[in-house]
Amino acid sequence: MTAPDRIWDVLVVGGGNAALCAAIAAREAGASVLLLEHAPRAFRGGNSRHTRNLRAMHAAPTAVLTEAYLEDEFWDDLLRVTGGETDEALARMTIRASAEALPWMAACGVHFQPSLTGTLSLSRTNAFFLGGGKALVNAHYAHAERLGVVVRYDSEVTRLALDGGAVREVFATSRGFPVTVRARTVVAASGGFQANIAWLRESWGEAADNFLIRGTPYAQGRVLRDLLAQGAEPVGDPTQCHAVAIDARAPRFDGGIATRLDCVPFGIVVDRDAKRFYDEGEDVWPKRYAIWGRLVAQRPGQIAWSITDSRAESLFMPSVFPPIRAETIGGLADALGLDPTALEATVRDYNAAVRPGEFDSGRLDFCRTEGLDPPKTHWARTIEAPPFTGYPLRPGITFTYLGLRVDAGARVQMQDRRPAENLFAAGEIMAGNILGRGYLAGFGMTIGTVFGRIAGREAARHARN
Amino acid sequence: MPETETDAIVEARREMEICNACRYCEGFCAVFPAMERRRAFAAADLNFLANLCHNCRACYHACQYAPPHEFGLNLPRTLADLRAETYAAHALPRPLAALFRRNGTVVAGGAAIAAALALIVTVLLVAPGRLFAAHVGPGAFYAVIPRAVLVGLAGAAFVAALVALGLATRDFWHATGGGPAGAAAARAATHDVLTLRNLGGGGHGCNDRGEAFSMTRRRLHHATFYGFLLCFAATCAATIAADVFGRPAPYPWLSVPVVLGTAGGVLLAIGTGGLAWLRVVEDRAPTAPGLLGADFALIGVLWALAVSGLLLLGFRTTAAMGTLLALHFGLVLAFFLLLPFSKMVHAPFRAAALLRHAQELRAR
Repeated sequence: MTAPDRIWDVLVVGGGNAALCAAIAAREAGASVLLLEHAPRAFRGGNSRHTRNLRAMHAAPTAVLTEAYLEDEFWDDLLRVTGGETDEALARMTIRASAEALPWMAACGVHFQPSLTGTLSLSRTNAFFLGGGKALVNAHYAHAERLGVVVRYDSEVTRLALDGGAVREVFATSRGFPVTVRARTVVAASGGFQANIAWLRESWGEAADNFLIRGTPYAQGRVLRDLLAQGAEPVGDPTQCHAVAIDARAPRFDGGIATRLDCVPFGIVVDRDAKRFYDEGEDVWPKRYAIWGRLVAQRPGQIAWSITDSRAESLFMPSVFPPIRAETIGGLADALGLDPTALEATVRDYNAAVRPGEFDSGRLDFCRTEGLDPPKTHWARTIEAPPFTGYPLRPGITFTYLGLRVDAGARVQMQDRRPAENLFAAGEIMAGNILGRGYLAGFGMTIGTVFGRIAGREAARHARN
Repeated sequence: MPETETDAIVEARREMEICNACRYCEGFCAVFPAMERRRAFAAADLNFLANLCHNCRACYHACQYAPPHEFGLNLPRTLADLRAETYAAHALPRPLAALFRRNGTVVAGGAAIAAALALIVTVLLVAPGRLFAAHVGPGAFYAVIPRAVLVGLAGAAFVAALVALGLATRDFWHATGGGPAGAAAARAATHDVLTLRNLGGGGHGCNDRGEAFSMTRRRLHHATFYGFLLCFAATCAATIAADVFGRPAPYPWLSVPVVLGTAGGVLLAIGTGGLAWLRVVEDRAPTAPGLLGADFALIGVLWALAVSGLLLLGFRTTAAMGTLLALHFGLVLAFFLLLPFSKMVHAPFRAAALLRHAQELRAR
């Protein structure tokens, strides 16, 4: 660490997009800024490392966004996914500020992809970082350091000493050594607690031991828990997390986008007993992507298998792990560790229930089963063309919803309804104010950028007064 | 999967399968759109993709799965290793493919030996009074080395190189599944070759020295490429002047061959010098250590060609001309003879891969 008795204007806790936006904004406002990133340099950037795009309002086509995406449509999208678990004033402020996020990021050296050719149809609403989130993070760090932000990696903040709603001292472990940091203001941008299995176990019990964490292992929620324990006002459901079904062979942490599986709608999904448990064809996959994490988490052993035949293989994005293949259903059951008789019976019953129809993977095709419980309501096609394929599924946790309540100036609110004096928050640690439930692609990055800038600016102003 | 697959093929396939499930890099260069057109990667596909890669390293620095992540992706290094294998695999005549092993030593040593031999033979055959005298006026060079020797040897070496390189490229083209190319695809590929679009990393340059994007390498490569072409044009102009208009070299400063040659030589010397400097200061993590020698050897030979040519021009009216001519001539011969077995192969192979990619884009 630098000189131990130095008093920084702004201390930024965390090293992802929100933290970097806060550090840059504070430094641009003239403050001296220290940023403490828990991860080593190679894994810096929190979950921003794994992101790809940012949702932004715009009134006319830009170099990186097509058509227009106005405030009311953006708000409607948010209202739909959250089911009202949001704060309209903060949300609309975020949406409006998102229009300026892209040019500001571009000025920080972030490059965007001109237009997208891939499978996602988000080019109207979301701007894609050229090369993805790690390239974004690289650009942010380079810009922050150019401006004179001091960055320390391998530095985990363990405790913020709050006194009457003001942070007096900050304790951290930097490269293995305990340090105390003094700063006039603090921006907490250290993410959620999704990588803290012990904390997840409090809500999910032993099932949490079978969860895979899609992003950074450094999102331990230590600062979040510390601040809540010292009287910060919580926001968001403390028990919930965003979870999708990913390949069970993925690494425990940091598997990122490549472990995603898109095969579910084109086959059946069975649990450990080789039984189906939910309508695989309920809706188009992007809309149902997120419910399957919870569905699998609720099955015994938190595991399931997607079973398809050879006709389905070309219908979805290739997966990072090859499918497990066999020439017969019984053989596939053996390879997957399932009871062959049970899986044969499940496939037989399913095949018998499939009604004829015109299969179309590109839309809701109403090819369905009849007399089957649970039914499959779209893309129901018999599983009969060998080789048969199986993908193991486990819940992949993206982020948690519990956070710190903030006001429009990103200032943390205390349980006594007073704002904290010199404590601000940005990013996943406060996203629950706006995204209290559900998921909207690229919106976490929008919240992080908008609130990071506000928190940095406000913290700098407070420090200089 | 055939058992004969090399480690580089196996590793490239492993990495491509991870990349194809991520696709975040699709904005960087042609490799990723070409990858997305495939679900499985046969050796031929991987050899094609390896030569499509321009080694800008943007994908390495943007990669969430780069080491120390357990997926350990390092695509620029892996594809560079595979590219080197394709150079040897398609080299003709076949027995000389072994020259791609320890290629840095072979090319650098070959060039040094050739230059030394040219000097020795000149000293042995040319009377000292003639060799170390100042010659001026038409045919001055031929007073030291007869025109038939200069043109005959260099011409023969050049034709041999062109044939070997052409056959190797044809072999590579067929092995990666290339068929007859249309005019539109050829136009697109030519544009990509001439602009080095894929060294642009999506329009912002390469990651030469780390995470920051820079146009330095692209500009230095342009200087090298266009400098080389200008030198070649100077040679053609001189040949036309001598054989068509009966005006033997040397030519005045403001003649077409000398202007082209001077501009080309300066560009080539700056370009290759700069590329060598970049290879010294670059971030080594995404580079293939085994190929460093081959790169330095080619860069070094080109630099020596440019500088010896410029020196010859500068001192052509002095007593040093004979020695410089012998040196330059030896380097030219060495360059042509080693051409099909040097990293120079990257040029036609990459052009072929770009053409193949342009074809694929138009196939659907």
